[in-house]
Amino acid sequence: MDIFIQQVINGLTLGCVYAIVALGYTMVYGIIQLINFAHGEVVMIGALTAFSVITALAKSGLPPAVIVIAGVLCAVPVCVLLGLLLDRFAYKPLRNAPRLAPLITAIGMSIILQHVAMLVWSRNPLAFPQILPTIQFDIAGATITAVQVGIIVLSVAMMAGLSLMVYRTKLGTAMRATSQRADVAGLMGVDANRVIALTFAIGAGLAAVAGVMIGSYYGIAHYSMGSLLGLKAFCAAVLGGIGSLPGAMLGGVVLGLVEALGAGYIGDFTNNWFGSNYQDVFAFIVLILVLVFRPQGLMGERSGDRA
Amino acid sequence: MAIAPDGAASGARARAEAGAHTRAQAGAQAGAQTGALARLRGHRAAPWIGGALIALALLLLPFALAMVGTAWVRITNVALLFILLSLGLNIVVGFAGLLDLGYIAFYAVGAYVYALLASPHFNLHWPVWAILPLGALVACAFGVLLGAPTLKLRGDYLAIVTLGFGEIVRIFLNNLSRPVNITNGPQGIARIDPIRIGGIDLGTSETWLGLTFSGPIKYYYLLLMVLLLVIVVNLRLQDSRIGRAWEAIREDEIAARAMGINTTRIKLLAFAMGASFGGIAGGMFASMQGFVSPESFGLTESVMVLAMVVLGGMGNIRGVIVGALLLSFAPEVLRYTVEPLQKLLFGKMLIEPEVIRMLLFGLALVLVMLYRPAGLLPSEVRRREMSEGRT
Repeated sequence: MDIFIQQVINGLTLGCVYAIVALGYTMVYGIIQLINFAHGEVVMIGALTAFSVITALAKSGLPPAVIVIAGVLCAVPVCVLLGLLLDRFAYKPLRNAPRLAPLITAIGMSIILQHVAMLVWSRNPLAFPQILPTIQFDIAGATITAVQVGIIVLSVAMMAGLSLMVYRTKLGTAMRATSQRADVAGLMGVDANRVIALTFAIGAGLAAVAGVMIGSYYGIAHYSMGSLLGLKAFCAAVLGGIGSLPGAMLGGVVLGLVEALGAGYIGDFTNNWFGSNYQDVFAFIVLILVLVFRPQGLMGERSGDRA
Repeated sequence: MAIAPDGAASGARARAEAGAHTRAQAGAQAGAQTGALARLRGHRAAPWIGGALIALALLLLPFALAMVGTAWVRITNVALLFILLSLGLNIVVGFAGLLDLGYIAFYAVGAYVYALLASPHFNLHWPVWAILPLGALVACAFGVLLGAPTLKLRGDYLAIVTLGFGEIVRIFLNNLSRPVNITNGPQGIARIDPIRIGGIDLGTSETWLGLTFSGPIKYYYLLLMVLLLVIVVNLRLQDSRIGRAWEAIREDEIAARAMGINTTRIKLLAFAMGASFGGIAGGMFASMQGFVSPESFGLTESVMVLAMVVLGGMGNIRGVIVGALLLSFAPEVLRYTVEPLQKLLFGKMLIEPEVIRMLLFGLALVLVMLYRPAGLLPSEVRRREMSEGRT
């Protein structure tokens, strides 16, 4: 039973990170129906930027919390700028092109970003300095670390903040209007290009925080860490119903739990034929099952061939 | 060493521009009289002479390359394999307009089918006639399995699902060594049988008519024959009822459906056909290298093949061949130029050629889409389609 609780805690932590990244996918998809393949790379750049800042400040004697916050505060503007540049140069010129075109530039940008990151940082995995104290709490025989608590609390706070922004502010209304019908929103005085750019910026900002969270959770950052994380987060967005904000949050958490529990129990269920090294397969199995049985996702409303 | 890149570059150029050169060469052969060229250009036999000269050049190419170094014959063979792969992917991306980002997985399936059935790993040594079609069939089955649930939905999902599929195949190849050793994990499978056709063993060197036919040279001829066959099949497909249906779906799926095309089935056909071409190429790869391991089949390779198709011009067979040739030889040329150049300029190596190669692929994808969306050698229909733009 304690293994079960432990896996639920781990899954919840990972799921929160997936949810935050998935929000970036789903917001962009909701507005311009584009899968931003390079979103995972934005997460990676966020993690690596924070890594540089935290490493530089690690010996400065500042309190650990201040150092981590400084890392986040540097990673967010870098990623926001990156998100804006991506939209401006890779996607905006192709707004009216056939759908295949921006998908291909997105793949190209993701390859470029990965290798530029490899040149700037290194091709080796970089270990985050151990500055946060390893505090642990016991819950029903399982342990939860302070980092995990931090990730879950911060994620919930960001999701709440984003929901408030999208459903309560003028900008949020403009975003929802643009996603429903861009040309009519334009007639109502919404500057679609500005809204799209802001959507990219918000998504990239969230991605930066997610990058710092996943980096400090695993203690490692790597130039190729973004692609698999991005793929899984996209699976989470589809699971929740792409284009739907609550869907992305739910999808992320569910996917994290499926992965953690799946990896924890696959050995027992298959007589050790398969082990936890198949952990990365679950996300795709979930994706294919969702596409076959419920293409609109858990909370999506659109019909299968549109959404 | 400085001669090497020039040799290969001119070889590649010779083939890429063969069409342009043949006329001049034919003219030179016809004699030095003035007007001979002009007379020949209009002559009925001109295309035949041109074709014969291209064929002769292609037949002699491996010997010319072997003089520079056997390594260049191998590089050319790999380039031929990539043309095969690009033509296979072109059916999916170029003809039918479906973005497949895990295409290399089908290549992997074909390669592993060959490796498992013709190596000491299971002590099976099936004949090539049985394995290559089987490899194509298994790859095709995977294609159908993957395409069936996703092709009903809009194209974007296919991109993600295929990307995931490529990842899954690699994970399985890496891990299916335990508890029953099927794929031998990350170590891969070695000592794969070379192809034997009749009494000819493609793995060994032989001398006929005073010419030394090394293993790679024999593979070159086999690959060339397969390639010609695949090109003919592709050309026939493009003009067939199926080819027109793919084009219709690519341009407007709803209109195509209204015209009575069963869009799901015809898309599935494109997907399955592309997969089986990948399977065949994989089998040839396994026998040629004599060794397969999961790391040959990563996302990098998928992106490479996609870049070849996109650079040359999606949907245009000639363009795809040129794209594949350019991007196969570019890394080799880079290897011989970038290293010495950097050593000369900075005294040490700052950027490895491997990284430059990947940056090149990424840039090719982005820049081609932004500035020349129909590719270097666009097909007419595709050019109109990509430039007029739809909302």
